[in-house]
Formats: sequence, structure tokens, C-alpha cells
Amino acid sequence: MAESTTLKYGYYPGCSLEATAKEYNESVQASAKLLDVELVELDDWNCCGASSGHCTDPELSLALPARNLAIAEKLGHDLALSCAACFLRFKQTNHDLRANDELRQRIEQIIETPYQAKIEAKHVLDIFAREVGFEKIEQRVKKPLKGLKLAAYYGCYLVRPPKVTQFDDPENPMIMDNLLTTIGAEPVDWSHKVECCGGGLLLARTDVVVKLCNDLCQAALDNGAVALVTACPLCQANIELRQTIGMPAFYFSELLALALGVSENKFKSWMKRHIQNPVPVLKAQNLI
Amino acid sequence: MTVRLITEQGTESADPAFTREVLGDGAVHLERCYQCQACSSGCPFAYIFDYAPHQLLRMVQLGLKDRVMESKTYWLCASCETCATRCPNDIEIVQVMDRLRHIAFRDGYTNQTPLPLFHRTFLGGVKSYGKVFELMLILRYMLTSRDIFKLSELPNNMKMGFNMFSRGKLAILPDKIKGTANIKRIFQQTERKNG
Repeated sequence: MAESTTLKYGYYPGCSLEATAKEYNESVQASAKLLDVELVELDDWNCCGASSGHCTDPELSLALPARNLAIAEKLGHDLALSCAACFLRFKQTNHDLRANDELRQRIEQIIETPYQAKIEAKHVLDIFAREVGFEKIEQRVKKPLKGLKLAAYYGCYLVRPPKVTQFDDPENPMIMDNLLTTIGAEPVDWSHKVECCGGGLLLARTDVVVKLCNDLCQAALDNGAVALVTACPLCQANIELRQTIGMPAFYFSELLALALGVSENKFKSWMKRHIQNPVPVLKAQNLI
Repeated sequence: MTVRLITEQGTESADPAFTREVLGDGAVHLERCYQCQACSSGCPFAYIFDYAPHQLLRMVQLGLKDRVMESKTYWLCASCETCATRCPNDIEIVQVMDRLRHIAFRDGYTNQTPLPLFHRTFLGGVKSYGKVFELMLILRYMLTSRDIFKLSELPNNMKMGFNMFSRGKLAILPDKIKGTANIKRIFQQTERKNG
């Protein structure tokens, strides 16, 4: 029976999920548990190098993710990732190493361990929506998020570059919207789904990040949303820290876990970590 | 070989070897650009660039090395991939930006913007700990960039710091991975001579 099948993955949380985005990590793990997905955290994983890696050196930008992919390959499972920025670096590494075997061997030398590039890197949103599937999620929903109007925000690295991430339509992705519908919420149709939050300019050019995040929040507000929903710790940090509009933002996994019946105490401990208080929009719909 | 070009800036020298270096193995398809400006129209950062993406691409095609390398554009590009996704000629614009950044690190074009400092600070932390230690990254970057001394920004920065600390969003101590020696060797093998 499909009901009892457990999906199993290696799990790479990424650096942000240990500090700024701890609530993302906890809510992904809680959602996975509620959906019979087993996430086995990689032993001694390292930073993927992020944007600074590929801006600095092409081999470094492949070797840092490849060390983690090799650990996952030894485990014998595909790899689940929560951070959209890490996700792209891992997808890019597999993409480049599969296209060029000489390069793959060179990277194996650098990381001092074999890596065949046979396993897949998958974002947890993709795993929940496509591998667990909407049907199973719908059956498991205990608390439909009725009346909650949300703007699903994908940002850059889930969908771009499309030939590398192979995730969804790069201009109008729907996978997170459909997940939100499945758990009873109301995703709004809006213009800024895949606009950039300012990403790595967070510290170096905060003026730009303030402008881009305010544009995002205003667009969501104009289209009737009461909050944004993200699947990336960097988008979430930029939106929560830099906007001046006061728009709350959720990680998609927090809402998923809430709908699946996670304990209210646990859910509230995540809400306390948000900088833009999301509790009022939930209270307005009697959801907590 | 140097070529003299007449541009709106007067006579400029062009360096075909620079164009060839950026073209590399040809996979970026820079030669296909016909200046439709789809890249610049959708670029969220074009308003802070000194040259819009389509202008920079043309300058690379022409071999205007000094003007390209001294520009801020490729450092301020956040690699959001909007341009490359929309390019009708499938030009790998972000990979072009990456190649310019690699050349810039090698040849020392690193003073136009604070971004090279950010990247060095970020990777320096990864080299030491194997992971990003956010508190150290923020403090070290703000000290070396001297942003911490910008008094007009002080209230905002303090508010942000307080917000993050009070919600447990910043770890106080670094978490070092076991394989830091392995990570160090990865860095040593990939570090460029002048990087």
C-alpha cells in the first residue's frame, strides 16, 4: 500500500538552517515526519560555497557541493535540500559533472573521494508536492488553512536557470500555489513570484535589498495577500529584515505542518522566531 | 595585438585576447548577442549598474577590456539569472559575469564595489569552519568594509542585530565541521595564484 511506504532521503539543511532559519529546519523535519518521509542528515556536511563560491572560482563552486553529494551517494539515497540557494549549487554541480567526465574526475581528486554523480538533488518542496503528492497530503490535512490569502514567493534559485533546476515554469511556477490550495489556503495571483529579493547583496548593498523587498511586499499586498510564503532562508531573511511595510512571511513548511496537525506549542515556538509577527493574520482566521 | 576603436568616448584600444578569454570554450555563446535588451529590461539591478547588461556584453565583444573590468556591473550582478532565462539567444549571461569576476580577482579589479571583500570574507569563514558562521561573517564584513562606522546606518544595524539576537537567530559560537582539513585542501587546490 502506498500509505505505508516511507520515502527516504539524505538531508542537507545548509548553514542558514542552523541559525537564522532554525524554524525552517524544524518545520521541514516536522512536515516530513507527518508525511512519512525519512530525512537522514548527512554526516559532517559542509557549506556549498553559495554565490561567493561561483563568483570566485569555478572548481571551488563544484567541489564544495560535490563533497556533500559524495557523502549522500555513499548513503545510497537521493539528497533533499531546504535552501533554494544551496539547491541550485547542488543541481549545477550534478549538471556540470554529468556533462563532462574529465571535470567529474578532477573534482573527485579535489574532494579526495569518489563521486559518480548518480544521485539526484531535490528541494523539499518538490519532494512534498510531487513525491509524497497532493492526494496524500490532502488526506492527511487536519486543519485546513481556510481564509488565509497568501502570496507564494519562489524567488530565483528554485526556478532559474530552468535547464539546471528543472523545477517548474520559470516565469509562472505553480507548485507552491497548488500545495497551499491543497492545505486549504488561498494563494493569490500576483506579479512578483519569481522576482529577486536582492540575495547576496544583503550586507554589501542593503539599499537595493530594501527596495526589492518592499516592491515584493507591496505587490503581494496589492493583490490581496496577508502574508508571503517562501522556500528559501535567504529570501525569508531579506524579506523579514529589510522591508519597511510590515508584511509577515512564512516558510511553506510551517504552514504545511500546521495544516497537518503539528502541536500548537511547537508551531508557536516557530512563530516567535519571526521578525515580522505572523500571529495576527493567523488569529484573524481563527487558525491558532 | 591591440586594435584601435572609435567609440563615443573617442579612440579606445581594444584587446581581442580579452574577448577570447571570456568566450573560453564557446559555451557562453556571447557572439550571438544582437542587442535586443531583454536582459537589461528585466534586470532588477540595472538601475545601480554603470553599464546595463546588454552594454557590457557589447563591450566584451569589442574587447574593451579596461572599460569592462573597471566597471561595477559584474560585481553588483547578484546572479539572479533573470537575464539568461529570458535571453532569446540562450547566452549564458551569468556565466559571462562569473568569468569577468574570476578575471577581476586574478588581475586585481576589486576596488569598485565592496562585493569582492564580501566574497573573501564569506569564503574565509568557510575555509576555517567548513560552514558559514553568520555572526562572524556579519561582524568581520562590517569591520573590514568600515560599514560599522557609518553612523547614519547605526540605528538600523543595531535594531537588526537586536531583532536577530532576541529571536535566537544568531549562533554565538561557531560550529566547526570534523573535516576542516579536507575543506582546507579543497581550497588550496582551487585557489588561483592571485585570487
